Amino acid sequence: MSSPVVSSDNSYLRLSGITKRFGKFTALSDIALAVERGRLMTFLGPSGCGKTTLLRIIAGLETQDEGTIVQGGRDVSRLPAMHRDYGIVFQSYALFPNLTIFANVAYGLVNRRKGYEEIRRRVAELLKLVGLPDAGPKYPGQLSGGQQQRIALARALATSPGLLLLDEPLSALDALERVRLRGEIRALQQRLGVTTIMVTHDQEEALSMADKVVVMNQGRIEQVGTPQQIYRDPASAFVADFVGKVNVLSAVAEGSGRFRVSNLVFDGAAGSAAIAPGTRVKLYLRPEDVLINGAAGSQPNTASAKVTKVEFLGAFCLVTLALVGAEDQPLVVNLSRHSTDEMNLAVGALLQVGLPADCMRLLG
Amino acid sequence: MSTVAAPAPSFPRGRVKPVAHWHDRLAQGLLLLSCALLAIFLLAPLAMILVKSTEDKSGAFVGLQLFREYLQNPALRDSAFNTFWVALTVTAITVPLAFTFAYALTRSCMPAKGAFRLVALTPILSPSMLAAISFIQWFGNQGALKSWLFGNTVYGPIGIIISAVYAIFPHALMIVLTSLLLADGRLYEAAESLGTPRLRKFFTITLPAARYGIISAAMVTFSYTVSDFGIPKVIGGNFSVLAIDIFKQVIGQQNFNRGAVVSLVLLLPVVIAFLVDWWMQGRQQSQFSARAVPYVPKPSRGFDTTMLAFCIVVCTFLLAVLGMAVYTSFIKLWPYNLSFSLRHYVFGLVDGGVIDSYFNSLKMAFITAALGTTLIFGTAYLLEKTRGAPLARAFIRLLATIPMAVPGMVLGLGYIFFFNHPDNPLHVLYGGMLILAASTIVHYYTSSHLTAVTALKALDNEFEAVSASLKVPFYKTFFRVTVPVCLPAILDIARYLFINAMVTISAVVFLYSPDTKLASIAIINLDEAGEIGPAAAMSTLIVATSATICLIYAAATRWLIGRTQAWRKPATPA
Repeated sequence: MSSPVVSSDNSYLRLSGITKRFGKFTALSDIALAVERGRLMTFLGPSGCGKTTLLRIIAGLETQDEGTIVQGGRDVSRLPAMHRDYGIVFQSYALFPNLTIFANVAYGLVNRRKGYEEIRRRVAELLKLVGLPDAGPKYPGQLSGGQQQRIALARALATSPGLLLLDEPLSALDALERVRLRGEIRALQQRLGVTTIMVTHDQEEALSMADKVVVMNQGRIEQVGTPQQIYRDPASAFVADFVGKVNVLSAVAEGSGRFRVSNLVFDGAAGSAAIAPGTRVKLYLRPEDVLINGAAGSQPNTASAKVTKVEFLGAFCLVTLALVGAEDQPLVVNLSRHSTDEMNLAVGALLQVGLPADCMRLLG
Repeated sequence: MSTVAAPAPSFPRGRVKPVAHWHDRLAQGLLLLSCALLAIFLLAPLAMILVKSTEDKSGAFVGLQLFREYLQNPALRDSAFNTFWVALTVTAITVPLAFTFAYALTRSCMPAKGAFRLVALTPILSPSMLAAISFIQWFGNQGALKSWLFGNTVYGPIGIIISAVYAIFPHALMIVLTSLLLADGRLYEAAESLGTPRLRKFFTITLPAARYGIISAAMVTFSYTVSDFGIPKVIGGNFSVLAIDIFKQVIGQQNFNRGAVVSLVLLLPVVIAFLVDWWMQGRQQSQFSARAVPYVPKPSRGFDTTMLAFCIVVCTFLLAVLGMAVYTSFIKLWPYNLSFSLRHYVFGLVDGGVIDSYFNSLKMAFITAALGTTLIFGTAYLLEKTRGAPLARAFIRLLATIPMAVPGMVLGLGYIFFFNHPDNPLHVLYGGMLILAASTIVHYYTSSHLTAVTALKALDNEFEAVSASLKVPFYKTFFRVTVPVCLPAILDIARYLFINAMVTISAVVFLYSPDTKLASIAIINLDEAGEIGPAAAMSTLIVATSATICLIYAAATRWLIGRTQAWRKPATPA
């Protein structure tokens, strides 16, 4: 018996109450999630957060202790991997080394008693799809890492599964290949409209590829949202810290939406007036949200600051500032190379900075 | 009651029980079969020894009575002492020899390393009795170099010790060699840049890295010497050791219970050696570094020459032993008529019908290799690559390591107790070829198992997951991917089992019947009858057969890698 699974929304995969323990360690605790049909969702989190375990549970390679999985209206919670409908790509590619690329891609097709001609056509189509039309007679060992991962993708898609699972597919590749392949995978996924879940620990990858990002930490979901929501409006201190760079300022509420940071007082974001005076809080501000000199003057939260360090990173610089009156809490600012050149920025220089209230987040 | 809304069905949030696919059930069933086989052919015989050691001849329970009697019997006590000090002496000689040899192979720039290594491994091809026969020819009553012993007799501890050193040398060498090969070249470069002298590098880098290998080699050497039966039987004279005691008690006096007691006394030091080794292996894990850079030695005239001289001496010794046995088999009558003759082969073996035992050995070796490889590799595969049945897995992992700690004589005696029991339905196996093969497979299980597990661990862990996602049954992937990729390891296991089946003596000496007499047993019998020429001829036949198998193995491996395993070639530059 399974509970009614008909849902009015457009979700293809629904997880509820997924819990997994390994001995005393709780790997996943009461995970609930819905993946919309045809969309790409990424599970993002540090190693050990449970994201890979969750993916393996969806694949039926691990069994959850509690909870249900409904895929395409079918309760698959207890089904073995063989009876589920998905294709999977692993970080290690897991291509069969002794079989040609053709045989690798055809591996799942041969078993479905399809005719040779049909298989040949389908394999050719897939190899073209992943941009390696001539790879058929080669062996995996003769291809580069990125090419092997494209073949693994073709093999996973060969049987036209309803769900594509990607387990850190880009982590083993070099930086350039990683960026190239992530664009290709995303384009392919959108073209085929296959519902996809990708596990990654790389925030850039998660933000750039996903329709929805699930940020996980210690077996729990911290936040589910679009990449913009995750970055601009983090739901927790963990998310703000894990995704992107962020300044954290310790502050004490002074009432009516004002906060004291060491010897300085700033306005907080709208809606922070309710916080009782004397409460210790943390203010989160992205390095690129800090305004400098001319731009800083137009709004209320301004302060003087001294440059203590300039870190050159190519297209931009990370500049560390000491706010006059709050020298104990350094502030990192992200500036383009042009603006640092213009200001002739060097250690010891004095600046005016603005901390826009609407960019400041108050998180526990 | 239709007016009252039924409460929503609530399900207890119990543990989710996955539905097992029949493939999983099949894999688990096969795993249980492996458990059953190991229980029947390893655990039950060993348990029977414990039972028999606490019973008197009529089968009544007498507790530790037999052990007390044993301790009060000075003759038996003596042989325990003899066994112990002989094994210690062999270890003290073999390990430094093997270490220096391995050091020369890995740390010097001497020429012909491959040839030296090959010669050093030749003793593996021969039954342990070959060394004993050869040393009788060299140093025995009519020996060519009898004077070298200054009036001491070779029949006794001297003969046992030098023969055992010969027989165990390649095993110790392989272990030490492996540990020396693990050396991290970066450490030596760092030491060099700090101006460290060679001797200090040896004591601060080489020795610490190799110490586990040295201890392991010592334990293996000690266990081998304690357990070996063939050498003391041929060259031991009146010098009593435990392995001979068991044989005398069981075959001579038909006192099975006392045989069980002696075999437990023999088992004890071997188990201790095994546990020491096992404990050390566990500590070694942390030493490995994936980023280690192989060490490349630099030429150094004096050192290289010294090492070369040492290896020449050792290899001359090894070849002299093998050569004397082969020579003995081809001359008319030592030392009176040294003309070439095939009479030991023709009259000694063929005409006497003794040659049948050679064919029995061949047959047994083929069965052992075929059956053993299938069972051992199959079990290792199920263990490493399938899911479920955690208890069966733990049981097999434990049982797979036990055979290393069980001397062949103990195993063989256990087989008598278990399979010769009239109530045992497997009694039909007794006296047949299968029981000889089974005991040999079990006796050499551990090494083969480790070879299989190592090869399987090198495969991507996700092959099975990918197959399941593509709805391909695991057994198809096993035959299409796992077996082809692991073929070199599979052939290695087959060769190892075959060669050991050709030379083994200690377990099978209790289990053969007139129809299934083996070549190694024939050597013992010929030697007992004073037919040392035919005994040498039979030994030579075994060596030739083992060498042939090694050549076939080398050719097959090369052919495989060249032909069907084109994928092993490194990636062509894109």
